[in-house]
Amino acid sequence: MDQTTVKKSRYGMAIDLDRCTGCGACLIACAVENNVSPGQPKVNERNGTTWMRVFEVQDGRPFPDAQTAFIPMMCQQCEVETPCVSVCPQNAVEVDPETGIVGQIPQRCLGCRYCMTACPYHARYYNWWDPKWPDGMEKALNPDVAPRMRGVVEKCNFCHGRLHEARARAAAQGSRQINPSDYIPACVEACPVQAIAFGDLNDESTDVALLARSERAFRFLARLGTETKVYYLSGRDWVRRLADRELARSKKETLHG
Amino acid sequence: MDKLLITRGVQRSPFWKFILWILPWAMLLAWGLYGAYLCLAEGLNQTNMDNRFAFGLWIYLDLTVIAFGAGAFFTGFLLYILKRHELKSVINSAVVLGLICYSGAIVVLMVDVGQPLRAWFTFWHPNVHSMLTEVTFCLTLYLTVLILEYAPIVMKNRQIRKVPSYLVFEFNLHKLMVVFAGVGAFLSFFHQGSLGGLYGVLRGRPFAFREDLGIWPSTFFLFVLSAMAAGPSFVLLTTWLVEKLSKKRLVKRETMSYLGKLSGVMLIIYILFKSVDTLIWINSTSPSSGFPAFEYYDRAAFGTWVLFAEVVLFGLLPALVLLRKKLRERMVWLIPSAVFVLAGVALNRFVLTIQTLALPTLVFDEFLSYMPSWQEVATFSMVIAYGVLLYSLSFRYLHLFPQERELTQPY
Repeated sequence: MDQTTVKKSRYGMAIDLDRCTGCGACLIACAVENNVSPGQPKVNERNGTTWMRVFEVQDGRPFPDAQTAFIPMMCQQCEVETPCVSVCPQNAVEVDPETGIVGQIPQRCLGCRYCMTACPYHARYYNWWDPKWPDGMEKALNPDVAPRMRGVVEKCNFCHGRLHEARARAAAQGSRQINPSDYIPACVEACPVQAIAFGDLNDESTDVALLARSERAFRFLARLGTETKVYYLSGRDWVRRLADRELARSKKETLHG
Repeated sequence: MDKLLITRGVQRSPFWKFILWILPWAMLLAWGLYGAYLCLAEGLNQTNMDNRFAFGLWIYLDLTVIAFGAGAFFTGFLLYILKRHELKSVINSAVVLGLICYSGAIVVLMVDVGQPLRAWFTFWHPNVHSMLTEVTFCLTLYLTVLILEYAPIVMKNRQIRKVPSYLVFEFNLHKLMVVFAGVGAFLSFFHQGSLGGLYGVLRGRPFAFREDLGIWPSTFFLFVLSAMAAGPSFVLLTTWLVEKLSKKRLVKRETMSYLGKLSGVMLIIYILFKSVDTLIWINSTSPSSGFPAFEYYDRAAFGTWVLFAEVVLFGLLPALVLLRKKLRERMVWLIPSAVFVLAGVALNRFVLTIQTLALPTLVFDEFLSYMPSWQEVATFSMVIAYGVLLYSLSFRYLHLFPQERELTQPY
């Protein structure tokens, strides 16, 4: 390929729910990488900032047959009619046409929270407090990522700091095309069981593209038609039925006759 | 001094009584200002909103007061464009109410956004696809129109009109009133609609999402119609309240009845469209997104009674009463019907704001509740107090009801 043109990518993820143990390493890695502040004493699970949440779900069967699954949930990177993009009044949310990544521009954000209302995955977080770190901890902040101020919305952007770094590395080598091994989000890197695969969905040779096409792959709320780029994998039927309410209901009806 | 400001030929309560009346409202305003200050200085952590309940009491009440304030544009449109002269006796009051509702809503919105100093960004680099952009543009422009409509009322004050240049300015503004009414109707149509569109476009919230009619979701048109039903009822109810409080008859009964008729006609059209829209949503829009509609009414207090109350109790019932001449001519039917109309529209805004956010979308997520903090309540109380104060001052010193002088007999 000509080094002056950039191949269009569609970065996506595939998360294997049958591997995920719910350890939370991805959450911690994400917060450290992206300078997500630990929050104030009054923070609770509803007003704290975390770019990822891990849901614990059970199949409802009694012990010892009970099964549990852990579902990491972050911005699903909607590709079509991206709900948060069209609602933002001042273009603070954009889809990068070169990467397909839905980005948030905190410097432009009004803090109206309309995008949070629009997101079906509740994957957007508002800074209810000023970002503060315990004394000394600010020295460990990632210099590649600007902390966000109070009053703006933030969310997962597939670690854009790492993408910029990969681009800078490619540029230093005279290329505009990044090396795929240079760009891996923090959560993918941190997962001890390698439950998360990341890469370009347009490149059919990548693990993520292969996994997204596998029979175990599904997407949450796919019928909303937003064509998310985060895929989930499970061989367990009851987990796959959690994809939407209609499916979950059909499961209930089967169980209860 | 006070007496010199009061319109000739009308009776107003003694000054000390007026001070006693406004004092508690001024205290409420001060409390509200303190609440708003805390939210601006300390941040929205002072509220009980959170990442799931990103909108709360403020947005709900903003939507409600803006619907109630629709009386200003609808009355102006009927009077100046369609020449329904029977509305001349309430137009000044409707303009004041509109001004209060819109300016109050904008003040609360400024507290509600996290970065109010960036509000101008929407004008500088607007996202033309966002309903909120449309709302921002139309609200600010319409507020300007309302100020221009309110200005001649102020300039007609007994003392202010003594300044010749003000009188000339007032005269010229009055000549342009047709233009203001036309522009106001145009802008109001869009922002009332866009407020409905705010929810209707939420593809990710199937409880609120609606099919498009042209370029807008159906909620756009439902909000316009419901606001046109609520506006006259609000003008009617406020006029009746002011009559009761001031112990004076301010407008002729025929005008009150006509306002009721306007509400009734708009309400029945709204209810008809809403019923069709609800049926399409239950049977097609929502299930096609993977959300069986009956599940929405299976959670906490949000049973099907909400839908019944909205469509039948606060919709069809008052509409039928207001459409019957014999009933609406009797205050005992007219006033409760107007209250029901307003309750129905308020319930509709509540459902779209609060129920939409309370319902989970992911199967394994939970239904959430939200209770506003005192700072949220205070901030909104500030707007109520501001409204009462501005209306009280306008009623005392401006000529809001042109028929008042001829209807001087005690009420």
